Amino acid sequence: MVAVSVSQRIGSDDQLARLLQIGIVLEEVVEARAHHHYRGVDAELDDEIEALLADAAEESADHRERLESLIAGLGVDSVPFDEIESLVDARYGRTKPEDFDGILYDQLCNEETAYKFYDDLIEAIEASDAAFSIDRERLLETLRTIREEEAEGVSEVTEVMERR
Amino acid sequence: MNTADQYLKTIYVVQEQEDGPASTGSIADALDVSPASANEMIGKLEERGLAEHEKYKGVRLTDDGIVRARDALQTYCIIERFLANVLGVEEFRAEARELEAVIDDTVAERLDTIIDRQPECPDCFDPETDACACLEVAMAPVESD
Repeated sequence: MVAVSVSQRIGSDDQLARLLQIGIVLEEVVEARAHHHYRGVDAELDDEIEALLADAAEESADHRERLESLIAGLGVDSVPFDEIESLVDARYGRTKPEDFDGILYDQLCNEETAYKFYDDLIEAIEASDAAFSIDRERLLETLRTIREEEAEGVSEVTEVMERR
Repeated sequence: MNTADQYLKTIYVVQEQEDGPASTGSIADALDVSPASANEMIGKLEERGLAEHEKYKGVRLTDDGIVRARDALQTYCIIERFLANVLGVEEFRAEARELEAVIDDTVAERLDTIIDRQPECPDCFDPETDACACLEVAMAPVESD
């Protein structure tokens, strides 16, 4: 078995770029799944869930753009949205929620997962003394803002779930 | 994946390979840590009821420990497969090892919705290559079947 380093922190531009790329894919998955939910039950979808999904898709697109501008500074390509959309398309049947409760729950998982990802990423960057070729403060500030918006997303979905 | 999960995954793979308890030395070697560090973490896993240590024999995971270890191994397979098949990373094994500490299980579960993992996972894990044995490396960066 190949040796691994335990709890290794982010030590290079390449590693940082890869993690930001994963963030972009996560946002793309959220966006594509929100579109799918929307299309899958369109006739019956009520205004509240419709607005929630539309907001989620819009917010993910916005986060994606902010992450893209960060990784552009590291000289790495983004992952094209249509490629991720086709992967979500290919696997969606196996993982789609059954009903409205399932859609809300899926949305909650999306927001919580994104929050956890950014939280871990921020912690790893803070613990690292590596010098990145993009400004560390700008990087952390961008990620903290996105994390905050994910936390708000979790509250919003939870509130809707509790009310229904 | 936290440090405890990385240990559980390693102990599981070593005990499967050796078909018996994993020695502290082989765990420390596999994780590239000192035997003292390995002993300390093994003690913590014992306190949590995830592993049992027998003097002169080695460490064996409890049933709870095995469940956690298999989850951790599955998370690792997801990360490898995602890097290889979605992002088209050539050095996906090395990168998965670098990134596993920063990728949480919940994040891996989301990534799992866009990869085509085999039902036998994580039994497909091959300790010799440190990768999923079913992982087709030559595959195009993005699959769209």
